[in-house]
Amino acid sequence: MKRTPLYDVHRALGARMISFAGFEMPVMYSSIIEEHMAVRERAGIFDVSHMGEIFVSGQDAAKFLQWITSNEVEKMKVGRARYNAFPTEKGTVVDDLLVYKLDENRYMLVVNAANTEKDFNWLIEKSEGFSVKLENLSSEIFQIALQGPEAEKILSVITDFDLSSIKYYRFRELEILGTEVIVSRTGYTGEDGFEIYGPAEEASKFWNALMEAGEDFGLKPAGLGARDTLRLEAGMNLYGNDMDETTTLLEADLEWIVKWEKDFIGKEALLKQKEEGLKRKLVGFEMVDKGVPRHGYRVFVDGKPYGIVASGSYCPYVKKNIGNVYLPIEKTEEGSEFEIEIRGKLHRAKVVPRPFYRRKK
Amino acid sequence: MLPEELYYTESHEWVRVEGEKATVGITDFAQSELQDIVYVELPEVGKKVKKGEVLCSIDSVKSSAEVYAPVSGEIIQVNEALNDQPELVNKDPYGEGWLVVIKLENPEELSQLLSASRYKELIEG
Repeated sequence: MKRTPLYDVHRALGARMISFAGFEMPVMYSSIIEEHMAVRERAGIFDVSHMGEIFVSGQDAAKFLQWITSNEVEKMKVGRARYNAFPTEKGTVVDDLLVYKLDENRYMLVVNAANTEKDFNWLIEKSEGFSVKLENLSSEIFQIALQGPEAEKILSVITDFDLSSIKYYRFRELEILGTEVIVSRTGYTGEDGFEIYGPAEEASKFWNALMEAGEDFGLKPAGLGARDTLRLEAGMNLYGNDMDETTTLLEADLEWIVKWEKDFIGKEALLKQKEEGLKRKLVGFEMVDKGVPRHGYRVFVDGKPYGIVASGSYCPYVKKNIGNVYLPIEKTEEGSEFEIEIRGKLHRAKVVPRPFYRRKK
Repeated sequence: MLPEELYYTESHEWVRVEGEKATVGITDFAQSELQDIVYVELPEVGKKVKKGEVLCSIDSVKSSAEVYAPVSGEIIQVNEALNDQPELVNKDPYGEGWLVVIKLENPEELSQLLSASRYKELIEG
């Protein structure tokens, strides 16, 4: 089992640890509900060092990434981050990721921990004929997410840099606490906030400094439990639950990151599917009856089994039992009802628009 | 910490006996393992349960757990307050967070339950 550079910090904080994507990770420190609410109302700090960082450089870097991802890369400017995906030839999802344009010929790809090896091999395989250098530096880099309405004020305690100049989905390479880090205005919670990348050996220095800086702002350490309920509420897909190599980008409700004007792996299949029309699609739902839906619970449409719940949980801010589910396209209209089997009994649920939560301003 | 007057089970339920009535809940250890309880699916009043059968289920944000009947008998009361405030099980597991009252069918079953000190050994061992 792998550990992040902050493992000892989590143990000292009394975190409950679980195994996730081959890492021993904190699932909660005190209570998922408290941690979730802290992020919505004040701020939370997450260790997400398990995430993979793959660097792509060389004269064909942009051309290569443009080919293997579904969203636009070539037109990105230095200092921008963009949500993107690696499609298979069938248009299904190898992984979803963030692309950071570090320099004209240098990019950082932030990928799901469980997929880092698979993605790296995929990149190697597909890079034949392109002049690129691929480096998997995942184990050398920490990632700390500071999320919530107070995030900017907290991070400002440890840097003089004017953080308000970093707009949403942009980043800067800064020297903070004597160390070069990437500060990116991104996140997986639906709140304002930052993701900070730096050398693994400096992780606890940053964690501790931010924890101290956040004391006056009600900052709480938050685990993977709250990360999951926050992203679900905010309408974000989770790889492995909401999409994988059996679901296409269109079915996974990710057409917004499919750039039809460019050529890329899987485009043909996706175009064909778009023309023929989708047969099923990922939608949000909430329970009509009582009961908490969970990933893997059986779904019934018109009384017949139809797949499983993709994601499901009680979500603390909206105070509802919600989730994501694949439904036949004719059943994806808002208000359309279906059933979920919870402990042997069918419970009614209905389609609702995503996101379930949207921050103000 | 552990109320001395209660009986306990290896599956972390407690029983408080008053005459032929047995009030059942889950222990402080169980609630802290679950954390963030958001739903208690209570059984129907009048239902008969056998010792060891599923009595009700409890959902926390992250997981789902089943509560087993520590004794056999008819369910004569359920804690309706939990429908609106399931978190009472977290806040006061031995008090306001009780789950059901069972009318004892076979009081001899109580001898198979654990004392507070035996249960303490179990969770600390």
